Amino acid sequence: MVNPPVKNIMLNRLIRRSVLGDSLSVRAPRRSLCGPGEFAKPACAKNGSDEKQRVMTDGGRFDVAIVGGGMVGLALACSLASMPITRHLSVAIIDGNPALVNGICIDKVKPPDPRVSTITPATISMFKDMGAWECVLHHRHAYFDRMQVWDYTGLGYTRYSARDVNKEFLGCVVENKVLQSSLLSCLQENADFSKTVFPSRLASMSSNEHSPMTGGNDFSSGTTSGDLAKLELSDGTYLSTKLVVGADGSKSLVRELAGFKTTGWNYSQNAVICTVEHDAENWCAWQRFLPSGPIALLPIGDNYSNIVWTMKPNESVARKSMDEADFVKEANHALDQGYGPRPTSGFPGSNDGIFSWLKTDSTPSANEKFELPPKVVKLASERMVFPLSLKHANNYVSKHVALVGDAAHTVHPLAGQGVNLGFGDALALSRVIGEAIAVGVDIGEVSMLRKYEAERKVANLSMMAVLDGFQKLYKVDLGPLNILRAAAFSAAHYIPPLKRNIISFASGEQQLPPLFT
Amino acid sequence: MASKLLRCATTVSSFIRASPSSLFSRPRLLSGAASSDPPPSPPPTDLPPPPSPGGGISRNPDRRTSKSSLKDPELAKFSALADTWWDYEGPFKPLHAMNPTRLAFIRSTICRHFGKDPSSPRPFEGLKIIDVGCGGGILSEPLARMGATVMGIDAVEKNIKIAQVHADRDPSTLGIEYCCTTAEKLVKEQRTFDVVISLEVIEHVANPAEFCKSLSALAIPGGATVISTINRSMRAYATAIVAAEYLLGWLPKGTHEWSSFLKPEELVLILQRASISIKEMAGFVYNPLTRRWYLSDDVSVNFIVYGFKCKQ
Ligand SMILES: Cc1cc2nc3c(=O)[nH]c(=O)nc-3n(C[C@H](O)[C@H](O)[C@H](O)COP(=O)(O)OP(=O)(O)OC[C@H]3O[C@@H](n4cnc5c(N)ncnc54)[C@H](O)[C@@H]3O)c2cc1C
Repeated sequence: MVNPPVKNIMLNRLIRRSVLGDSLSVRAPRRSLCGPGEFAKPACAKNGSDEKQRVMTDGGRFDVAIVGGGMVGLALACSLASMPITRHLSVAIIDGNPALVNGICIDKVKPPDPRVSTITPATISMFKDMGAWECVLHHRHAYFDRMQVWDYTGLGYTRYSARDVNKEFLGCVVENKVLQSSLLSCLQENADFSKTVFPSRLASMSSNEHSPMTGGNDFSSGTTSGDLAKLELSDGTYLSTKLVVGADGSKSLVRELAGFKTTGWNYSQNAVICTVEHDAENWCAWQRFLPSGPIALLPIGDNYSNIVWTMKPNESVARKSMDEADFVKEANHALDQGYGPRPTSGFPGSNDGIFSWLKTDSTPSANEKFELPPKVVKLASERMVFPLSLKHANNYVSKHVALVGDAAHTVHPLAGQGVNLGFGDALALSRVIGEAIAVGVDIGEVSMLRKYEAERKVANLSMMAVLDGFQKLYKVDLGPLNILRAAAFSAAHYIPPLKRNIISFASGEQQLPPLFT
Repeated sequence: MASKLLRCATTVSSFIRASPSSLFSRPRLLSGAASSDPPPSPPPTDLPPPPSPGGGISRNPDRRTSKSSLKDPELAKFSALADTWWDYEGPFKPLHAMNPTRLAFIRSTICRHFGKDPSSPRPFEGLKIIDVGCGGGILSEPLARMGATVMGIDAVEKNIKIAQVHADRDPSTLGIEYCCTTAEKLVKEQRTFDVVISLEVIEHVANPAEFCKSLSALAIPGGATVISTINRSMRAYATAIVAAEYLLGWLPKGTHEWSSFLKPEELVLILQRASISIKEMAGFVYNPLTRRWYLSDDVSVNFIVYGFKCKQ
């Protein structure tokens, strides 16, 4: 798959430095890429701060070029590096984030970063297979085995427990930078895997269709040849590849350049995220639905928790800037008794209410009483505000192009599924690439890529529909209809198969919950 | 549905039935200096002028097709034809859809036969494989990517040119040796291969028994053979002929002669007579929901066999 000269130049050289960072403009002037003689000599490893004028440098030829070295892009690279059938591929990773070159600094003493992800058991096993989980375990992480979801009306609550599905835990909360640095060091340790990091941004993309090979078998000139996509970076480097993977987040340029349309909407809601401290350790994930959206309290190790609090944009502005003590007070209010009373039991009435007949067959956690979340005593990080949106690309693939992660779909962070869906994409795409190689199909061939698209669209769309449905259900105060919502909670609390389905779907183990089909 | 695949094979049929006597004797050698880049570099000295763009079967003896023998307009024409051949949504769509499934069968049987590592990206490294009736190269190219040294033959010169133009686009398929010739001809030249593959061809051959003997003669003793075709069953009749040719108009009427289809046991028998002992057989079934083909035990419509040439 790799043509030898490129391999010679690139092999095992992880970092290719070139003009860095001075221009983040996405709209670099478009140049035409033509004959070999026209370009300056290949980029050499230099920390060129003196290079002011843009020189076109040939970055070389790659089997796969991953645009975006975020969590999902790096996971794809790791997954390709870990499978025998894809290990030989030459991979380029393009990202202007200097952390990819300089490494990610993780201070174990400082409180955790507010940007965290709730990792599902399916993601954990993927990390284990790639050899990246060990590294995560060396850093701060928090497994949780219980989850309590309730709402402000005081009419119902649900407790989920890992025991319900015979698991040791429901998920694990990890800082994003820990995930990213674990993936990065997993890649770096894999010396046999040919990867090159381009510390720059994608500027333009074109398909070099049907130009026949020039110069016989000699590609050392670096001429783009054959059926390839060409990428131009903002620092003037160009490279060619069989497959461009857009892992460049929700504002994906790859998606735009490939002409994929998206469907979606803004929730006109923002999420305020931050790290908070308690008096004691927290081992449970908590989510309470309020009139303007949910507030989640996720354990992140020691006495810390992470708050993801959805609210109206004007409220988020106020809460970001308000006094710390006031914020803590409001957070505690939102987590208990704000907007409505605590639920007294599973359903209006008591535990002997309308669902009592189900109890013989109930899950272990059905007997658990409602618990109060731990009190927040201190704010332990800055407060960050993110607008919430739901977006889905109508296509994930075309010839030479595939999208993964937030580039393909952005979901409401309600159930902490966003990045897990992205990891699922990375795994599925690397498998499809492996299958293509196994049967000798060109990896940029759209017929094979469609298989990836078909597999992931089902998984992603159903999760998006579930989360969007939940979101809609909770955005409006239904008044008397609140009781229906409470009934839905109570049903989930007491009816074991339903509950198991919800858990296994949220753990990424099931493609489509029978519940929602 | 299944028989829509056979459109490509129709071109093959004409050649074998017509059995052009003196197609082409020397195998084409790929010269590193050859280039199809417009403007073309001058062809190696001993090459004849390019064939007329009319395509079809060439009766001109000793005519070579090589990328360096194509002129600019020719190149453009064959390049456009290659686009059609290789368009996964185009007329050969069913063939493309079935291809990964056929290749999965070939990969697993050939790896076992030669003790190759199936998890390797290029398990066929070191194996010489001939693709008899290669058409536009839909099978030859993947085989080359899997590491094999591939020769693709087809008696229709147009197909060979299409295959050549397309293979030239990717360095991993550049080494395929395409040649406008027949199996019989190569037998006379005493060419041999580790693996002989002929997919969707035998049902168009005038004399399947003779054809199998030629395939056998091309294999080294202990070498492997893979053949696929359509069963002479009522279901195959319904899908391949009634549906594909008459109802849906996918194929020209008369593309298939049902009576020339072989039943699996007949194919096994004629291969046995040609010293090829069948070790495995599988059927292809199409799932219209996933639009994919799967290998199965159901050999009632399309089936594929793998065998080895007895050492004697
Ligand atoms: C408030 C909030 C809370 C969340 N909470 C959770 C949670 O609890 N659990 C969960 O699973 N998910 C959560 N998510 C979602 C999660 O953060 C995303 O799904 C995840 O970050 C997506 O990863 P990614 O790699 O696809 O994209 P990103 O992380 O956005 O990475 C994109 C990368 O591409 C690079 N890039 C962009 N453009 C270019 C270009 N032109 N050229 C080169 N590089 C480029 C960027 O530098 C970046 O490194 C949350 C999201 C929000 C907003």
